[in-house]
Amino acid sequence: MCNMYEINRCLHVACFIALLGSAALVQGDQSWPSFQGPRGSGATTERLPQELGGKNISWERMLPGYGLSTPVVHSNKVFITCSSGPEQDRLRVLCIDGTKGQSLWERQFWATGRTMCHEKTSVAAPTPCTDGVRIYALFSSNDLVCLDFDGNLIWLRGITADYPNVSNSLGMASSLVVTDGVVVAQVENDSESYAIGIDAVTGKNIWKIEREKSANWTSPLVLSPGLVGLQSKSGIDAVDTADGHFLWKYDGGASTIPSSCRKGNVLFVPSKGLTALAYNLSSQKSPKQLWSSSRLSPGTSSPVVVSNTVFTISRGDVLTAGDIETGERRWQLRLKGPFSATPVVNGDTLLAVNETGLIQLVHFDDEQGELKDTFHLEDQILASPAIAGDGVFLRSNSRLWKFVDAKQ
Amino acid sequence: MSPVLFFLAISCCLVALGAAASVAETLDANLKTLQSVGNEGKGNPSAAVAWQEVADCKSDSIPTILSAIDGASPLSANWIRTAVDAIAGRSRKIPLEDLEVFLSDVRHDPRARRLAWELIQQRNPKRAETIISSMLDDPGVELRYDAVDRLIQKASQANEELAVNEILRKALDAARNVDQVKQITTALRKSGQIIDLQHHFGFLAGWYVAGPFDNTDGKGFATVYPPEENVDLQALYAGKGMQVLWHEFLTADPYGMVDINKAIPGPGDGLKEVVAYAFTTFTMPVGQEVEVRLGCKNAWKIWGNGSLLFERDEYHRGMRIDQYRIPFEMREGENTLLVKLCQDGQAKDWTKEWQFQLRLCDASGTPVLGSDRRPTPRHSEAEATHGELQIP
Repeated sequence: MCNMYEINRCLHVACFIALLGSAALVQGDQSWPSFQGPRGSGATTERLPQELGGKNISWERMLPGYGLSTPVVHSNKVFITCSSGPEQDRLRVLCIDGTKGQSLWERQFWATGRTMCHEKTSVAAPTPCTDGVRIYALFSSNDLVCLDFDGNLIWLRGITADYPNVSNSLGMASSLVVTDGVVVAQVENDSESYAIGIDAVTGKNIWKIEREKSANWTSPLVLSPGLVGLQSKSGIDAVDTADGHFLWKYDGGASTIPSSCRKGNVLFVPSKGLTALAYNLSSQKSPKQLWSSSRLSPGTSSPVVVSNTVFTISRGDVLTAGDIETGERRWQLRLKGPFSATPVVNGDTLLAVNETGLIQLVHFDDEQGELKDTFHLEDQILASPAIAGDGVFLRSNSRLWKFVDAKQ
Repeated sequence: MSPVLFFLAISCCLVALGAAASVAETLDANLKTLQSVGNEGKGNPSAAVAWQEVADCKSDSIPTILSAIDGASPLSANWIRTAVDAIAGRSRKIPLEDLEVFLSDVRHDPRARRLAWELIQQRNPKRAETIISSMLDDPGVELRYDAVDRLIQKASQANEELAVNEILRKALDAARNVDQVKQITTALRKSGQIIDLQHHFGFLAGWYVAGPFDNTDGKGFATVYPPEENVDLQALYAGKGMQVLWHEFLTADPYGMVDINKAIPGPGDGLKEVVAYAFTTFTMPVGQEVEVRLGCKNAWKIWGNGSLLFERDEYHRGMRIDQYRIPFEMREGENTLLVKLCQDGQAKDWTKEWQFQLRLCDASGTPVLGSDRRPTPRHSEAEATHGELQIP
């Protein structure tokens, strides 16, 4: 006999599959639900703009505070976080109409944790996430809030209020994911360090795992419904979100800044350059290492993967395309850096934005990549773009833009 | 009026009064629910139900709802303030006069009063500007910040140096925000003004320092060395490779930096994998709850009057004034503060600092100055207390 939890989980899985199916069959990607998009790959099925210019800007609006979180998009609503005030302790969640760029609602919170962070980052660094029903937003102060799409407050947590040494004086930046009714937060730092699974409905802990006492800015990644990968300097831990138990471990070490991405059951980990791991959903065996390549080492930006190619941007601002089966380098293209934002990609186009606000559009095939167009926003941009429906959503510390393909 | 009509009118009044009382009781009960949320998500489900009902209230309830922030925990305050956001976001009219009364009552929570001011500002910016210019001494951090900001702007528009300095002096007296203080003092110093920043912020400049003790592999953080059990300024301790004595250390740094590398110098970039203790006393005319505000990029522990106030084992991630705010109930008369400061073994340039800055103040950042506070040390006085090179 199934217990209520198992029934609930089955429903969640069914909904997840149905949502993915309907999105893929009917409309492409109408949502960008978390940092690395709907598949954890940084890729989209939507068409990217084929050229860049002022005519591609559908709308632009000022933001009431700083931030470098990626906008999250669902149901034509754009959710974005920022912070303001002399101490950056005013935490803001905004909901913006995707078509016209008008504000639908805003909610503010007072930070309950420390807001100190390095001047390059921001209290609104972690990207929120959505399950299509609610929006979950985390800040560097470790304030975590849950709102429905109409701005009704469902629950909130002060993780530093709960665990007073959860903080990083350089700032926290790990983004949230939600899967199978569980919100997963990696609040890992040099002092009190945890990964926490939180009930998406009540905001209460389902599990709390003590993690290595070491600063970590990487984000959890949904490997399949109810299974997340937690990256740290030790490697990757696959955790069952039902109870927080470890399913398998990759202990080859990994970066604490760029995060992993995945395609199907293959994980691309910033480890020894870049390492591809094939994991089995029905097995607790450690994943099989397919390849490891020092020539695909990412800088600050996380890798992205589409079709048969994985892309990284190096510390030297070189975009490298690698074969996902062999790890062999296919081509390289020097871009103008420096980069913090993770690029987004579809079948033949990659869009990368550097820290000065220069958007670079790269067309590619298996043989080469070519810089097709550029457009300068003249604003510092550290946030990764989001793509949903007909738009690319891009934010700086002060502004939010929607770009569309002018030819559509 | 016929007796029947009179009876009906009275009945209607009673029903209306009863309904109003019922609405008030419901709001009160819902606000109590929001006030009772706790850590780790405790009370969230019932708070979500209560929040919806509070958020559905009419805008004339806003002052009552804001009042519920008084004494509420930070988590509860967020539940309550977002309900006000929701009401104000959908309401054409809000009770501006009532909000102004609420704002003027400094017994209310400073952040709730700030929210009241922002609601006034959204609907009547001119009136809000008039109000803010009179809030230089407000206990609310942000209200005061904006009042000081207006004075800085006024000074930038004045022509006469005397007038500018007078305005800036007034702004400095009111300023509690570090960036504002730096901005004002930079301008004042250009015209030769002397400013005692240690006194302005209330940094503690006089300490007794003892060390080094061992912190190999970071184990010293948890190791209880003798000063943690009893501070005896005449004691001689077995330290890391040497005998350790307490000695006085004064800092003349404007922001109260206590540089342990100067107090206990080592070779090259200073000692590594070591622990030091810093001790001071502070006399209060009356007992008072204060905030110990610490800036530190080393691992540390702080004891107030012998009780551990807080500890943190993070190394070299960053430091700033008021980085940590720790509540401390000070008693009348003499109080003691003991700081344990751990240095790790990292070798990079940016890991050589072994220092802290500490002040006592109230929640608005206004310094709490001890009755035994000595004048800010001159550089020559401070340097006379700095240690000589020690080679363990």
